[in-house]
Amino acid sequence: MKDTPIFAYIFLMWILIIAGGSLLVTIIAPISITGFSAMYDHLLDSGIKALIAILLVVVWIFIMSKIKNWIFHKQIRH
Amino acid sequence: MLEKTVVGIIISAIAFGTVYTLTPVLIKVLSKRNLVVKDYNRVGGAMVPRPGGPSILAGILASELTLYAFFPSVEVLAIIITTSIAFLVGLADDRKVLGGWFKPLALAGSAIPIILLGAYFPPHLEFPLFGYVKIPELYLALIIIIVSITGNTINSIDVLNGVASGFMTIASFALTISLFIVHNYDIALASLPLGLVSLAFYKYHKFPSKIFPGDSGALTLGAMYGTISIVGHVEIIAAVALLPAVINSFLFLSSVKRIIEHRQIKANPVAHTEDFKLMAATDKYAPITLVRLILAHGPMTEKEVGFVIFRLALFSAILAIITSFMMGIKI
Repeated sequence: MKDTPIFAYIFLMWILIIAGGSLLVTIIAPISITGFSAMYDHLLDSGIKALIAILLVVVWIFIMSKIKNWIFHKQIRH
Repeated sequence: MLEKTVVGIIISAIAFGTVYTLTPVLIKVLSKRNLVVKDYNRVGGAMVPRPGGPSILAGILASELTLYAFFPSVEVLAIIITTSIAFLVGLADDRKVLGGWFKPLALAGSAIPIILLGAYFPPHLEFPLFGYVKIPELYLALIIIIVSITGNTINSIDVLNGVASGFMTIASFALTISLFIVHNYDIALASLPLGLVSLAFYKYHKFPSKIFPGDSGALTLGAMYGTISIVGHVEIIAAVALLPAVINSFLFLSSVKRIIEHRQIKANPVAHTEDFKLMAATDKYAPITLVRLILAHGPMTEKEVGFVIFRLALFSAILAIITSFMMGIKI
């Protein structure tokens, strides 16, 4: 089928969404910052988690970009 | 439950009936006022009335207000207000071509009522298999981003006859089914009009189009979709159902490397053969889009390209429904 690469790309995106979710829930969410005042603990905790989440999105875009070049190499060159 | 089923049938009939009967009237009014644009993919370049947004909004408002009369809730109110503001943003862009940053920013503003009404509680982001994350502050930013992205994503896929409305029909029904699967019946009910409004509009938008939705139509559909995903807590499922449109935006942005209006593109990604089929542009400055990728194997008619996009939408809809079943499983 001619459109198989696009279906494959959608499927890989789906897998990456689920994998990213597992990382967020199991590793990043349980991180807890303590030792400062209650307000600073909360702020630092949220800030660091937000930073990691943004970093994850950047990594996700980078991976999708690499996969795009790999899957659609022929089409893009065309 | 029986009462909700009856109300579901009533609002579905109102949503479909309003758009189905109002759109021909709107076509006549727009043609009379010469509010038409050229369909460049049609032989001879037929003039097509635009925008169809007013009839789409009328269908959504009529059905959602009826639902609100039966079951008042802040979630339905948030859907009504956010969708109406998104319509106004689109209408402004239909009247006057505004800069590339206008729509994302204005749509971000349209999401503020969701926050003010507190329709997003609890601020959790639910993932399949692994549970949810509590992100109270981050979730507020996410609300703004989601509505902006869904609105613009649907707008960016509105490039061929019938594609935006057909795609939205498939994605919205997948979202409604998913909401039922995760037992969120109230929001499932509120999401029903979106699919039916899109389906009724598709009747006039399909190839050869009698009307174009315009930015007011596309942004209305996209913003409502985004709002439902937030108030229904099915953000990830909604993103999965939207993947072909997300790919289109992603390919476009990664090739032009900045946010611009599609009217500002220097080289068109699609060209025409002598028999007026669509073919991938050979210009190296033309952006990569989903349509250009589909056409990479050879020329196709506009209708054929549309059906390939619908097959991709169906595939994503199935993945979205699978994801909603996975929400019930916890590892």
